[in-house]
Amino acid sequence: MKLALLGKKLGMTQIYDSDNQLVPVTVIQAGPCPVVQVKNPERDGYHAIQIGFSPQKESRLTKGKLGHIRKVGVDPVSRLQEIRLGEAPEQKEGDVLNVSLFSEGELIDVVGTTKGKGFQGVMKRFRTRGGPASHGSMTHRRIGSIGLCQTPGHVFKNQKMPGHMGAVRRTVQNLKVLKIDAEKNLLLIRGNVPGANGDTVLVRAAKKTRKAQAA
Amino acid sequence: MNQIVREIGQDQLKTDLPPFKVGDGVKVHTRVREGDKERIQLFSGIVIARRGTGIGETFTVRRISYGEGVERVFPVHSPNIEKIEIDRESVVRRARLYHLRDRIGKSATKVKEKRLAERKR
Repeated sequence: MKLALLGKKLGMTQIYDSDNQLVPVTVIQAGPCPVVQVKNPERDGYHAIQIGFSPQKESRLTKGKLGHIRKVGVDPVSRLQEIRLGEAPEQKEGDVLNVSLFSEGELIDVVGTTKGKGFQGVMKRFRTRGGPASHGSMTHRRIGSIGLCQTPGHVFKNQKMPGHMGAVRRTVQNLKVLKIDAEKNLLLIRGNVPGANGDTVLVRAAKKTRKAQAA
Repeated sequence: MNQIVREIGQDQLKTDLPPFKVGDGVKVHTRVREGDKERIQLFSGIVIARRGTGIGETFTVRRISYGEGVERVFPVHSPNIEKIEIDRESVVRRARLYHLRDRIGKSATKVKEKRLAERKR
């Protein structure tokens, strides 16, 4: 697996692309991410790299975390993320990763936590249809039947019901990097990414790309 | 909006825009691509609305074409718009001239011209 960056979703806007089309873009401030730890098979059982993001005051970190970060001479960061790798990385502890990892036109995946929607009914949560709006109907946005009678005698698993919606980890695949601002550590990505503005997201090279998309 | 996000696309904004307003008669020169040939297409009419800010700003032009009302919405800062010419300036008292849609005949294209309005004063 390739290296990734942690970033902050700043918000969305629009720009004109090379075809003079106005396209929606998400602005992500990605990195700089210092390498806090390099894991190897001898000691840890696998190859991985741990990166940090978002500078933080020393007093806001626990002593344990601070010691772990300070051991490699890196400034305190609030976020840590481990990235599994297939082989030993070129980077050493203390190195800094930034947006130069990516190139304009490249396809990427963005992992984030979606906005929490609270406790929601089935119509919003699962896009079910609900009942009739009028003609004496009293089941407007309700769930309807949840199963059969004595046989099978229980409600099947995965029956769609009201409950908590959102605030889960989601990945959006194959988003195109339209522009990179190395000076400000900005990535301009076509389309939207999970989470609210200000949320931390993980940006990595696309894992599954169809040939047509890559062209 | 985040300050950094707001600054993105600022360099794509047009700086040579004529100061056209709602009510003005304009000619919009648009680049049209046909295969690999490019030509300029003209659309003239009355600006009946301007909405949005920054790079997403658009304006609506209405004209009567062969007896049929036609409206086109253009992005103000689109590179596909070669030029915007102001034909005649006018004085209007509202921001959106949607009432022109309900008018028939001569009154459908009539907006008080600036020249006339000034003379009256």
